Amino acid sequence: MTIIKQNPASRRLPDFRNLGVMLRLLLGVNLLALAAALVQAPDLLTWPLLFVELGVWVQPLLLCSLLLLAGLRDLLWRLGYAAAVSVVLMLVAGQAALLADFWRFMGFVDGSWPFLLRVALLAATAAGIMLLYFDLRAGALSPALSEARLQALTARIRPHFLFNSLNAVLSLIRAEPKRAEHALEELAELFRALMRDNRELVPLADEIALCRQYLDLEKLRLGDRLKVVWQIDDLPGELLVPPLMLQPLLENAVYHGVEPSETAGEIRIGFLRKGEELFVSLENPVIAGGSHQAGNRMALANIRERLALHYDLEARLEAREEEGIYKVTMVLPCRN
Amino acid sequence: MPELRILIVDDEAPARARMRELLGDIRDELPNVVVGEAENGVAAIALLDAAIPDVVLADIRMPKMDGIELARHLAALPNPPAVIFATAYDAYAMQAFDLNAVDYLLKPVRAVRLAAALGKARMLHPPAPAMLAALQPEGRSHLSCHERGRLLLVPVADILYLKADLKYVTARTKEREYLLDESLMHLETEFAARFIRLHRSALVAKDAITGFERNTAEDADTNWLALLRDVPEKLPVSRRQWPQVKSYAKQLST
Repeated sequence: MTIIKQNPASRRLPDFRNLGVMLRLLLGVNLLALAAALVQAPDLLTWPLLFVELGVWVQPLLLCSLLLLAGLRDLLWRLGYAAAVSVVLMLVAGQAALLADFWRFMGFVDGSWPFLLRVALLAATAAGIMLLYFDLRAGALSPALSEARLQALTARIRPHFLFNSLNAVLSLIRAEPKRAEHALEELAELFRALMRDNRELVPLADEIALCRQYLDLEKLRLGDRLKVVWQIDDLPGELLVPPLMLQPLLENAVYHGVEPSETAGEIRIGFLRKGEELFVSLENPVIAGGSHQAGNRMALANIRERLALHYDLEARLEAREEEGIYKVTMVLPCRN
Repeated sequence: MPELRILIVDDEAPARARMRELLGDIRDELPNVVVGEAENGVAAIALLDAAIPDVVLADIRMPKMDGIELARHLAALPNPPAVIFATAYDAYAMQAFDLNAVDYLLKPVRAVRLAAALGKARMLHPPAPAMLAALQPEGRSHLSCHERGRLLLVPVADILYLKADLKYVTARTKEREYLLDESLMHLETEFAARFIRLHRSALVAKDAITGFERNTAEDADTNWLALLRDVPEKLPVSRRQWPQVKSYAKQLST
């Protein structure tokens, strides 16, 4: 099993190739420029004009820096946090000085040394403020990560499932000891997966194997009432995904869509790759008069939070009910 | 001591098999016989006459009719069997049982624990109806009616209207009428989402109303009659209820 060590607990620079990070940088720097314009403006009417004037300076620098940082992301990650921060600040300051020198060359400004220094310092300050923001944000979110993990651990496998499965295994021991052995082994593996360090990304193929194991156990007690249809074409099995995103969704589908039904219930799981996105869809029948959906909403919120922690804005989770079918769609970026 | 007659109710076949095994294990200590197995509350009630159980071992979470509702219907019998709930995990119900001193088994069940529960089953008080009702805020799925000593189930979804006559409430389905031992007022609160009151003595299923027509009878004391699907009867709408019924009908037509 290949696992990429990706330890969000240690401090490191944000992922400059992430769309959410880029958007935040654009927005943040422009807000700073807006504030700077307000400081400089003699009255409120000239404020927007000054902002536009500043924009001529800020936007090219910002875009160049974004490109450069996206390009150097992996290199920067290899450095220590402090070293990486110094490199970023120097890069931005250097670029600002170069750009100012270019404007001097074009004859827009006089390029005295103090002027160049001032521009470089201003740019480095803006970059520093943004890095500080990302650091604080990561700090604010990382306890949420461990908390989400903990909450996930308790909410994910319902005690209901564990005890019913154990009871089903007990019923097999005398009549079909071989099957009982097999079921206990699967239960052990399932719990090993649940209890390992789940901050690490795992290959999609492993996550699917885990889901199959889980479904085998449910099949043991539900028998023919549980029908599962897998629709897999062109699955990037080696794609690294956050662990335990799919299994809790499946568990919800069984708990709300199959168990309360007197007839057989069908769960459909589909994987579809569209360009750089992987669409995972899960469908189960809606049972009239079934149990309340509070637990389901909690599980969805939990997964959404973990997706945001891993992918920021690049992943989404949607759930809707349509013609008696409850459908959850999870979209993950898929780039390797 | 005569052997205890036991009915096992659980939607999972392995769980029923396990219960049977355990009952076999404690047979020397506590004579018992399994008189039937059912996969939900409705199937259990259908078995009652043939099985005549002393004790019903009921899972809580089951499709069609759960264990709690099964206990509610059983409690209405003249000589109800004792009910012992068995659940893998149902925090809400377990809490309610603890508070109300209702005995229950946790799955996987231990043989000793099962023997202890069955040992005192004969002396058990049936669980309080109020507690069972509180565990079912969404209301029952069936109403029960006693007919010639038998317990008949009427699916609430099949009931077109409920009518109070003197002492009894009648439930009308497409096929026939059933006499219920319930009060119309209780039914109105329990199934507020499903039925609407037309008259002091009539509740009608909202989805059964097909239209309204003017009451042309000479001695009529109401102006409007509700038309229902599947049955020829027309039910009078009282003057007092008409504004509410009308606004509901308007909602429907828009």
